[in-house]
Amino acid sequence: MVFQVPSLYFVIISPVLIVIGWGMLLMLLEFFIPEERKGWYTWLSLVGLVLAFVQTMALWGYEGGTFTPVGGHPMVVVDNYANFLNLIFLITGGLTILLSMSYLRRFDMDKPEYYMLLLFSLSGMMLMGMANDLILVFLALELLSIPLYIMSGLAWPRPESEESAMKYFLLGAFSSGVFVFGIALTYGATGSTALPDVLAGISGSGSLGMAGVAMMLVGLGFKVAAAPFHMWTPDVYEGAPTVVTAFMSVGAKVGGFAAMLRIFLTALPQIEATWVPAVAVLAALTLLVGNIVALMQSNIKRMLAYSSIAHAGYIMIAVAASGSSPQGLSAALFYMLAYLFTNMGAFAIVIAMERKYGEGLALDDYKGLAKRHPLMALAMAYFMLSLTGVPPTGGFSGKFYVFRAAIEASSDGSSLLWLVIIGVLTSVISGYYYLRVVYLMYMTDGEAEMVELRWPLKTAVAITVLATVILGFMPGAWFDVTRDVVLNSVMALAGG
Amino acid sequence: MLTLVTFFPVLGAVIILLLKLFKKESDLLVKQLAVGTAIVTFGLSIALLTQFNPALGGLQLENKADWIPSWGISYYLGIDGLSILMVLLTTFISMLAIASSWTAIKEQVMQYYIFMLLLEAGMLGVFLAQDLFLFYIFWEFTLIPMYFLIGIWGGKNRIYASIKFFLYTMAGSLLMLLAILYMGITNETFSLPELIAGRSAFAAVAVQNTLFLGFAIAFAIKVPVFPFHSWLPDAHTEAPTAGSIILAGVLLKMGTYGFIRFNLPLFPEAAYHYAPMIAVLAIIGIIYGAIVSFPQKDVKKLVAYSSISHLGFVMLGIFSLNEAGLQGAILQGVNHGLSTGALFFLVGIIYEQRHTRMMSDFGGLWKAMPVFAVLSLIVTLSSMGLPGLNGFVGEFTILLGSMGASSLGSHSWIYTAFATTGVILAAVYLLWMFQNVFMGPLDKEENKKLRDINGGELAIMLSFLLFIFWIGIAPAAYFGLMDSTVAKLVADLLSAAPLVLH
Repeated sequence: MVFQVPSLYFVIISPVLIVIGWGMLLMLLEFFIPEERKGWYTWLSLVGLVLAFVQTMALWGYEGGTFTPVGGHPMVVVDNYANFLNLIFLITGGLTILLSMSYLRRFDMDKPEYYMLLLFSLSGMMLMGMANDLILVFLALELLSIPLYIMSGLAWPRPESEESAMKYFLLGAFSSGVFVFGIALTYGATGSTALPDVLAGISGSGSLGMAGVAMMLVGLGFKVAAAPFHMWTPDVYEGAPTVVTAFMSVGAKVGGFAAMLRIFLTALPQIEATWVPAVAVLAALTLLVGNIVALMQSNIKRMLAYSSIAHAGYIMIAVAASGSSPQGLSAALFYMLAYLFTNMGAFAIVIAMERKYGEGLALDDYKGLAKRHPLMALAMAYFMLSLTGVPPTGGFSGKFYVFRAAIEASSDGSSLLWLVIIGVLTSVISGYYYLRVVYLMYMTDGEAEMVELRWPLKTAVAITVLATVILGFMPGAWFDVTRDVVLNSVMALAGG
Repeated sequence: MLTLVTFFPVLGAVIILLLKLFKKESDLLVKQLAVGTAIVTFGLSIALLTQFNPALGGLQLENKADWIPSWGISYYLGIDGLSILMVLLTTFISMLAIASSWTAIKEQVMQYYIFMLLLEAGMLGVFLAQDLFLFYIFWEFTLIPMYFLIGIWGGKNRIYASIKFFLYTMAGSLLMLLAILYMGITNETFSLPELIAGRSAFAAVAVQNTLFLGFAIAFAIKVPVFPFHSWLPDAHTEAPTAGSIILAGVLLKMGTYGFIRFNLPLFPEAAYHYAPMIAVLAIIGIIYGAIVSFPQKDVKKLVAYSSISHLGFVMLGIFSLNEAGLQGAILQGVNHGLSTGALFFLVGIIYEQRHTRMMSDFGGLWKAMPVFAVLSLIVTLSSMGLPGLNGFVGEFTILLGSMGASSLGSHSWIYTAFATTGVILAAVYLLWMFQNVFMGPLDKEENKKLRDINGGELAIMLSFLLFIFWIGIAPAAYFGLMDSTVAKLVADLLSAAPLVLH
């Protein structure tokens, strides 16, 4: 028997290794960093993210060796799709840390493990976009989720936080079960879990393979909070510490989409006629449920939870479009980029307004904010307009791109025009609840007060406003970036 | 040059914002800066007029730069006979509206003027943009400052009115966005001249009709064409005086301008196809607006409903699809801006003193404020369409156009006949209002103390009157500005017409 050395180029997973390794390093350092120097963790974890960011940039357009076990397909791929998503995750993590600094201190949750869990969860997210094997997707999903369960419960013994963690854990575990069952069925149908093998075997696999695909869609649907698998979202978002809510409303959602797009476009492009209608129906349902139920919310975290469901719907329009047009994938990437900044920015303001744990979060608490904090109110108004999709904002550019991709995908047979019209009409509905925040801030009198105006938070707001402005006024360069990302991704070749 | 005109108000807004950042702001300084900016912008638009060559039919003084090249989107401003009057109207009305707020706005003065200036820039952009993507951005952008103007400085029902205004208009515009996207994808460009040149790509009847409707609904909501008018009375009644002046004077014209600029040249066959239907809606609007104006007790609401009636004339003129109709429509747009803007301004003057606009609270004001009454009489007569004043010229030309409109079939005189009743009804409700407010005994104690118009207000009114008389007596110069552009547009329409009409 000849022993073959597998060609494992560790440089491919180096950004993930940095993030995981940094988390472990922080664990060790806990023995050496004294109690009164807790602030160090913040800075150290930021440094780790910057290192990973630099390393990801270095891998941009990587064309070296692969990460392939003997006689198989690559377990992990690093194309610009993965790199682009990794940058999104790292920026999300960085902004979360900026927001966390004094939030945790204020509510007496300033524990070192928070930062480690954040880093571990981030590494899971990063793997979601890189995984080229269903087993690895599952591991990444768990690596993403388990730290988030703990982080949701970080504010124990406050019951709402415990409830949030429990609910998230139970439903998350259930959805993972569904997902892994889907993998098992797919394996049964195609004889492999590697995406390229699934690609080869799926079209002749009959109902077994279809059931597998459907269950994987359901499992990921839970993660991205698509209706009708969104039930956990409002309670979990409301009860979790607001910084954690911000982190998962972007990170976990983008993570779910990262895997969804990777699986569908690498392994399942040949059966797009099967999954595109399913995704389209889910998208329509998600848009309607998210936007309509958001109208009735009086708590801003719950409102943003439903809003995040609604935005999952817009991204799913792009996913559905990606079945027949490469524009769909690139529109999804652009939308997620715009959503990252807008949503993190909105949460930054929410965090600044939270005076006690779970208090200061009612919409009515925003009354009269414009008179007391004109600049912060202006930023919030801008985020709300961006979430509505009014130009010139990043949110508008994102919707513009998504609608464009869907119209373009409609030209060859499978029409998505009805979905676009639902997307447009629900955007109008969403205007009502987003503008309510603006109306409360600007057009009513009240005692709205910001409790937290330190520089890390201000920096986060400045970054997110600036990015939303740039994506709103100068979207062209970023449209091109996402388009080139798709050209350099492994899937586009398969999805064609 | 066009870029300078469009963004000069933004410059003013930025300077005001900088004052705030350096804590140097005072209300007086802000007002001076805002009025100064608006005056300079008007001056710039006059300078634009001197460079404008009315003999050329096409776009001129263009500014063009790549914006999103891979999608065929460019920053593209241009001006022609269709837009020059609109640009002048915008800078003129904005200047007067900003000046008229001097004493009326006491709260959050800085934000108010910033929003006013941003609104002016947005409106100018709408009239100058020649790229559909750019147009759409300006078009949607105007919603934001207007939303705040109504919502913050409006009357007691302002919240409802502002959100209704925003969502109603946004719903229409998003359908337009889809139509824009469709054309942008089929032709790989968003530039209007290129799309018109390559319109065969979306000229198939079903496609063209759908796209036409996508645009038409957005514009019809803005105009507003019956039955899309329900936001207008709310928005007008609740908006602050200057907001109403701009809303009536300019924002509604964005809708009629949109029809002329986009619907006619891009979808000529569809325009012929839908012309009779839209003309019927226009006439319903004329008569409905007039009839609903009559029983109004609130003067401002009366003027608001009268706008629906007046804009019906403009729509009828546009869909006559001939030179007289289009020229009359464009000029009547300007006229309505002047007359109705002036009326809202006058209503604002008494509202500021009496905090009521109910006709029953007035009566006999002629004795208390004679100068004010004379000015009101002239403006009312202009709005009625009295010969010698501006309203007459526009309405007459439109009726002339609709009389011989081939787009309305062989019995087009029926449309004209019905529309003419609108002129008579206008006389009824406007004179009724005038009589109630100014005639009769001066029997209310509070009304005896009303001060007459002051110097600043007189200056603003005289500016309005200058144009009211000028257009009324010598309209030739105004028609001269648009002659060749309209002639070219009509020629293009006619070349598409044989396919439809026979």
